[in-house]
This record gives sequence, structure tokens and C-alpha cells, in this order.
Amino acid sequence: MAIILNNESVSVDVYKMTVDFTGDVLPGQFFMLRAWDKDPLLSRPISIHDYEPGKLTFLYQRVGKGTEILAQLKSQDEITLQGPYGNGFPKIETNLCVVGGGIGIAPLFYLVKDFKKKNPNKQCRVYLGFRENEYCTSDFKAIANDLIIDIGGIITNQLVVKHDEVVVTCGPEIMMEAVSKVVPKENQVFVSMEAHMACGVGACLGCTCETKSGNKKVCKDGPVFLRDEVFYV
Amino acid sequence: MSRVLETKFNEIYFKNPVIPASGTFGFGREYEEFYPLENLGGLCSKGLTLEPKPGNKGMRLWETPAGLMNSIGLENPGIDAFVKNEWPHLKELDTVTIINVGGKDEVSYLNAIEKLNAIDVKLIELNISCPNVKAGGMAYGIKAAMAEDITKKVVKVSKHPIMVKLSPNGENIVDIAKACENAGAKGISLINTVQGMAIDYKKKIPVFDNIYAGLSGPAIKPIALRMTHQVCQEITIPVMAMGGISSWQDAVEFIMVGATCIQIGTINFNNPLAALEIIKGLEDYCTKERLSNLSEIRGII
Repeated sequence: MAIILNNESVSVDVYKMTVDFTGDVLPGQFFMLRAWDKDPLLSRPISIHDYEPGKLTFLYQRVGKGTEILAQLKSQDEITLQGPYGNGFPKIETNLCVVGGGIGIAPLFYLVKDFKKKNPNKQCRVYLGFRENEYCTSDFKAIANDLIIDIGGIITNQLVVKHDEVVVTCGPEIMMEAVSKVVPKENQVFVSMEAHMACGVGACLGCTCETKSGNKKVCKDGPVFLRDEVFYV
Repeated sequence: MSRVLETKFNEIYFKNPVIPASGTFGFGREYEEFYPLENLGGLCSKGLTLEPKPGNKGMRLWETPAGLMNSIGLENPGIDAFVKNEWPHLKELDTVTIINVGGKDEVSYLNAIEKLNAIDVKLIELNISCPNVKAGGMAYGIKAAMAEDITKKVVKVSKHPIMVKLSPNGENIVDIAKACENAGAKGISLINTVQGMAIDYKKKIPVFDNIYAGLSGPAIKPIALRMTHQVCQEITIPVMAMGGISSWQDAVEFIMVGATCIQIGTINFNNPLAALEIIKGLEDYCTKERLSNLSEIRGII
């Protein structure tokens, strides 16, 4: 159980929740969240949006019954956290280019923040695409070296990757696939996958992702994969 | 540890009657991070087939009110890889590991069973009821005559006791259970998932590539309880019941209708500590009811 410190709407159907939690977490990892008993039945896998000791933040979209309940929680309410789970983003020491789409920007904020903290002299450029409303863009602006925002268009149309950048993308699969195609082969590209999950710990085999080297579990082997593993055709 | 939960399933000793169900617990490793598996009465392996299987493509999970639909399709590493990579660990545990075996035809069942003769297994759960693969064995599980035939052949080949896992999707489940008993099964487990369907109305397509999938979780508990009651009235071999059991109270209900052991499945996903909490709840229940053993309430209904 963790205590909710803050839970507020940041855009239409998009919420930011901060809970009292201290522990070892990596950018790109996720927690299983539950604020109910057995209805809905499953916990919800939500990625880490930001972290500092005592403050763990999630950015999530209200899409169904579970996230509807999460959206209604108030400060001081209790929530069950399991995690952190998943591999997280790799350690990046070159320049970084981040491409996020919609609620897929959630794990990218902590990635960028952590990257700039560990590599203050390296560059981090951020592309964020939204269908209708932008959110959290000022947070990114404060820490990124360059920020490009697209609303209603196709973010990959604007994407120009430099030769010395590692690319990280999270968003709709169609966007990540487009990023994977657009970025030259010479650049490393990491994609953060999403899947329906039941257990979150690798037991149910529900979140399987087909990869070049066979089935992988998004919850345990991922959610972060190399582009060539997932979009290999 | 208290002895009130000690249970004999046929001749097999279980320290308590609570066993995570096949497909919800991997090969145990994932849940070892939460508690020592020795606390469990037993555990049931992910369904194994002779050859490795990649499982189904497309969506594999779909949550429903109080339920979960799955279409995993028996993804598993195959018997050889299991024996090499998982069994050395499982066999050292002080709990009963039940090996769940599926097949696509008679030959694959018998070859799988024969391979398992090489290891010291206490109980095999014969899966003739997977609804999620075209050749997942369900063909054997929906007709009593076919269930009897395959069980007879498997029992003949196996040096281990066979418990047959039944489908709720077939002919009269009592007839199938009786047929398996006649064929030499040492136990019955029931029920596998209830076949269902889900539609993505926005995309105007079925959610699952296989169109139909298996429903589990609290939503199916009343069906499972009814079937357990019916089967327990009519056979003499023990029954390991499952289907939506998610609390110690549920476990008590299944034991009252005659189940010897209970398997817990989908609730493991909701709460990884569910098995432990159910064991503790059963112990407390026995104390409160002044039972010297849980068997005192077995089959009272």
C-alpha cells in the first residue's frame, strides 16, 4: 500500500498521480497499480513518469474501468503498488533523441530527466506528438535541449535524427514502427512496447510480443526492446 | 505448521489443499519472489506438450466483469526443455509439483507421458480440455467415450498417477468424469475455462484471432461449484476443484461440496499472495469452527 500525495487532471482524460514511495526504480520500468479488490479483476500496468525519493509519479490516460477508478482517487487515499517491473531503458551515454506519442510520453520524461542528470554535457532532443491536446510539454521543455511538438499531424514527418544520437520511442505502435523505419540503420533505436497484462511478472504469458528471436514477454523481457527485435520485417 | 489442512488426494500427501492452477503460475519461479513455494500444498505446471509451442498470435487477454478471457494457446517450452531447465529446481521443493500435459493427438499425448516416466512425478494432470488450440485436447474432453479412450491409453503408458482435467464445454460432465474413473484415472480436476467470445465493437472484429477464448475468474465460480457438486456425488476418486476461487470462503464452499483439493488460478494475477491468504484463511476457519481437520466439512453438501 502507498499513500497518494496528489492526483490531478493535466488534460482531457489524462491524469498525473504522485504517490509516497521510495525505492530503486529505473526509467522505463512500470508498476502494477490497483485501488480496488476484485472488480476490476486485474491491476493496471502503468509506467514511471517521474521519480525522486518519496515521490513516484505516474501519468495515465482514463480509458476504461480501472483507470476511471484511478482518476477518482484523492490525496491521502491508498493504492496498491507492485513493482517496479520490466527491464527499463538502457544506460545511454551518447546524445539522445526521444520520440513520444500521446500517453506514450509517460515513461520518456523520467528517461530524459535521468539522462540529463547523469550526462549534463550531452544533448537531448525531444519530439512529442499529440492527437488533439498537448500535455506535460512544459515539463519536457524545462529539461530538454530542444523540443518539437506536433498536434494532429504525423510526428515522424518532422523527425530528423543526428548520426550521434540514440533514439528512444514510446507511443502508438504505428508511430513506433514509423520511427523504426525513418531512423537510419546506423542509429540505435529502442522501443517501449505496450500490451494487455494479467500478472506483470512473467507467469501468464498474456503480454507476449513476437520478436526476431521468438516470443518475448513485454512485462519481463521488455517493455523496452531494440527496434530490430520487434519491427524486423 | 498446523496439521488441520493436511490432505490425502488418493495416496498423495498434501500439506494443505491449496494449489496454484496450471497456466497461472508458470513453473513457480515468478512467484518465488513473493513467498517460498513450500508454503503451498502443491503447484501445477504450465501446460506442457511434447514439442515446444509458440502459442497463439494476436490478443491473448481480455478482462470481463469479474472475469478474464485468455487465448494463450498452450505456449510452452516442450517436455524436454522442461525436464532439463525447470524440473531440477521443482523436484527439490518440499511441495507436490503436478505436471500438466496437453497433446494434439493420441501419439503426442502418449509420447509426452512416456517421457515423463523418466522423472519422479507424484501426479500428472492430463489436460483434455484446453479450448484455445484447435488440437488442444478439447476434442477428447467433450465426449465421454473419447475421454475414456485417451485416459485408458495414458494410464496404461504412465507409471505416474493420472488426474484428468475436465472441460465445462462438453457433454454432461458427470458422464465424462465417470468415464475417466472407469479408465483408471486417480483423480479428476475441474473445471477448465468456459469457452466465450469477445468483440471489439470499434474495430468490428472479434478480439481474439481464434474468435473464441476461455473465460476464468470469479465470474465462472457458480458454474464450477455446481459441476464440482454434481461430479463429487457420482465418483469415488478425489476431485481437485477450480473455477473462480478467489478467497478462503470460496475454498470452503468447494470443499463442502466434496472437493479434496482446490486449485486457484486467475486470482493469482489479481493478488500474487492470494494462495497464502487462502491457506491462512482456511487455518483460521478450522480453528474458529473447532475442526481437527478440514476433512470434517468435506462433502457435507
